[in-house]
Amino acid sequence: MSETLRKIRVQCEINGQTATLEAYPMSRLLDVLREQVGLTGTKEGCGEGECGACAIELDGALVNSCLIPALQANGAIIRTIEGVADSGRLDAVQQAFLTHGGAQCGICTPGMILAALNLLARNSQPTETEIREGLAGNLCRCTGYTKIFESVVEACRATRDPA
Amino acid sequence: MNKENHQIGKSIARKEGREKVTGSARYVDDLNFPGMIYGATVRSSCARGEILGVHFDDGIPWDEFTIVTAKDIPGKNCVALLIEDQPCLAGQTVNHPEEAVVLLAHPDKYLLEVARQAVRVEIEPLPALYAMQDSLSKKQLIWGDDNIFKAYHVEKGDVDGAWSAADFIVEGEYETGAQEQLYIEPQGMIARANPADGVTVWGSLQCPYYVHKALVRLFGLPKDRVRVVQTETGGGFGGKEEYPSMIAGHAALLAWKSGKTVKIIYDRAEDMVATTKRHPSRTRHRTGVTREGKLLAMDIDFTIDGGAYETLSPVVLSRGTIHAAGPYNCPNVRVCSRAVATNAPPHGAFRGFGAPQSVFALERHLDRVASTVGISPEELRRRNFIQQGQTLAFGQVVREKVDMHKLLDRALEMSGYHEKQKRFQEQNPRSPIKRGIGFAAFLHGAGFTGSGEEYLASEALIKVTREGKVRILAGSTEMGQGTNTVFAQIAAEALGLECEQIEILQPDTSLVPNSGPTVASRTTMIVGKLVETAALTIKKSLVASGLLKEEYLANEFATACRQHIDKFGVLESLVKYQHPKDLHWDDEKYQGDAYGAYAWAVYVAEVSVDTRTAEVRVEDFVAVQEVGKVINPVLAAGQIEGGVAQGTGFALYENVVWREGRMVNGQMTNYIMPTSMDVPPIRVFFEEIPYDRGPAGAKGIGELPLDGTAPAIANAVAHATGVDIRQIPITPEKLIDMLESVHV
Repeated sequence: MSETLRKIRVQCEINGQTATLEAYPMSRLLDVLREQVGLTGTKEGCGEGECGACAIELDGALVNSCLIPALQANGAIIRTIEGVADSGRLDAVQQAFLTHGGAQCGICTPGMILAALNLLARNSQPTETEIREGLAGNLCRCTGYTKIFESVVEACRATRDPA
Repeated sequence: MNKENHQIGKSIARKEGREKVTGSARYVDDLNFPGMIYGATVRSSCARGEILGVHFDDGIPWDEFTIVTAKDIPGKNCVALLIEDQPCLAGQTVNHPEEAVVLLAHPDKYLLEVARQAVRVEIEPLPALYAMQDSLSKKQLIWGDDNIFKAYHVEKGDVDGAWSAADFIVEGEYETGAQEQLYIEPQGMIARANPADGVTVWGSLQCPYYVHKALVRLFGLPKDRVRVVQTETGGGFGGKEEYPSMIAGHAALLAWKSGKTVKIIYDRAEDMVATTKRHPSRTRHRTGVTREGKLLAMDIDFTIDGGAYETLSPVVLSRGTIHAAGPYNCPNVRVCSRAVATNAPPHGAFRGFGAPQSVFALERHLDRVASTVGISPEELRRRNFIQQGQTLAFGQVVREKVDMHKLLDRALEMSGYHEKQKRFQEQNPRSPIKRGIGFAAFLHGAGFTGSGEEYLASEALIKVTREGKVRILAGSTEMGQGTNTVFAQIAAEALGLECEQIEILQPDTSLVPNSGPTVASRTTMIVGKLVETAALTIKKSLVASGLLKEEYLANEFATACRQHIDKFGVLESLVKYQHPKDLHWDDEKYQGDAYGAYAWAVYVAEVSVDTRTAEVRVEDFVAVQEVGKVINPVLAAGQIEGGVAQGTGFALYENVVWREGRMVNGQMTNYIMPTSMDVPPIRVFFEEIPYDRGPAGAKGIGELPLDGTAPAIANAVAHATGVDIRQIPITPEKLIDMLESVHV
């Protein structure tokens, strides 16, 4: 049990800010972010790495934070949904999700937006198949994904030809 | 009022969308209160039995825990809904696996989980029932004196006298499985409760006043001492219609006893195994038809598995019964239906509410009828589609304009149906991958059935501030489907304002009136109409008091509001539902005007079946529907697309595996819902015939897409392979055996 172990100090960068956390080494990064740092935008949907609601970026890679031990965050650069908008200005992906119906109930949205951003960072003009593959680890029960694909396509367009 | 300023028919961005895309929307698990502790539920491991005792294993500091059993309940031990047969905590007996028996609370949620596993509920097992057939044959008596929660018998014409005139009689039996709602946000509640302040809960829920009613009964408190607040809700689909009353009760009982605020959040496994699912069903059809393809008689027998307690089963059964004969004109129809008890956790509300089950059976059956007669599935439907002025199976004369032929034409054209049918027929023999195309035609009634809306007597309130801000107060919840945005558009249109000037109050029973539950495709059509009427009433009183001209600008509206409030004190309008006088329903005979309006639709699915792996893929999907005026095209299309994806899961993947009344695949790892790789391009088309009693002409759409998706896919699989599909989900495990039997 974790309570019999000693907490360790985890130093990392979260959304551009240096953070020092005290956590049990094997506690879930998801819980540490939500409960210690207060970043509740990262959601728990299944707790077993299936749904992607807890997706964050860790050193540029998209990961399910429910499967990442706090220990692994030491020295890492982390981005959560709270770090996506730039001082209140929505990112093109967020804006597209808002105007194109990419978010309904909103619970998968933080993870879905990070998955989309992570895809676009690797491939700025993905085909529809590449979008589908890029989002395949993030489950949405509301949209049927169609409006999410449209949102990603629109975000690419808006980034390419800013109005 | 600015005539150019139309808010209806515009894809206004979701009202709470900014919070959702930035991660700042607050769901129940995102809320924390000072001194809050956590609650957990100890459940029955046995399907049916007598509770002999509860044992607390050594090694746990039990004195630190708050422990609640049935004895601690201050009021009546029930989850009050239609009747009061379901206990909030099992006392002497358990009637299904995962039934709640003991509640625990502790500040450390990790220790809480260890403690939960250290409680043993000792149960002396009793014989249990797991199959509908065993329940019907009364192998054991587990509920009432016949195991039947509710039965209906609906009859039109003379079915028994019609068989002799039929050229063909086609019979068939069809089954649908349980389906998990699988909202991505698991269920959860936070409660504060003590004798001085009463009970307050915050949680993920669809129906604040259902939870309110249940808590009033559970605690024996006056209504004004119970308060229910909806937090941002991460999907519901019916799954947060009745079960939140249970969790709210549990959290509140722990809070009452501990004196602390208690949070209960289900993990995915607990949510899947313990909460409700779509009712499994079995439908038998016997259909008499002429050689010209005219339906003469439909004899339909419909059974659903209600699980261990009645909960909403009678109402689910009712909708399934009424939708069982579809959008067809048949002179002789009989539907006999029943909801039976088994020792599984109660099945409950899930988008479509009984109709997806009976519509699957009907639309699959009609393809078989067409094949027997020797005409195309299309031709059979065309010869029998209901038309304005004709009477549906349960005696409702269709008064609204309906044109199923046009919907079918458009759906077949947009999907390239005829060309593909021909092409697949040519190509299939040369390929191990067989392609097929199929469709389903259907209707879905919006609002509560029969006199349901009259009984609900819903209310909505608009209050205007001195600054001209318009506030909508309704018990209708936003769970992703767009209530906030649609209400804002309706009110803005009625008042000639922009949506930004409209505010939607978070549903809180201490502030908002009872607008009825957020279910049954009723929110836009029924409650939206109340919102529209309230907005028009506000405008009328401003005009009548001479403070506003008929045509005005937004700033003139604000000035008039200020003057009105300064002069009269308040500016508000509370509107109560008035049942149209020309809608008649006979609860005894179960006949009459079942719904004020229907959405009508034809869906076409194109599939490919790999005969080597028996994997089915949906390659293309066309959804054509007439839903009245579309208020927000992006939101409306989003409802249909999401429903088609859920319907695809219902048809192909979502298989609840039962063992002695317990779901054994209660994980997202082995209960498979569609991913972004599984959904086809979903092409949505609306026909708009404004409904004169809907707000701006709108009807309800939320549940519609669940009805037609699965039968369209099943008909396409049958077309592709020649396999006579009778059951969903069509998993590869089942299909591979059937493929062998047809030698494809």
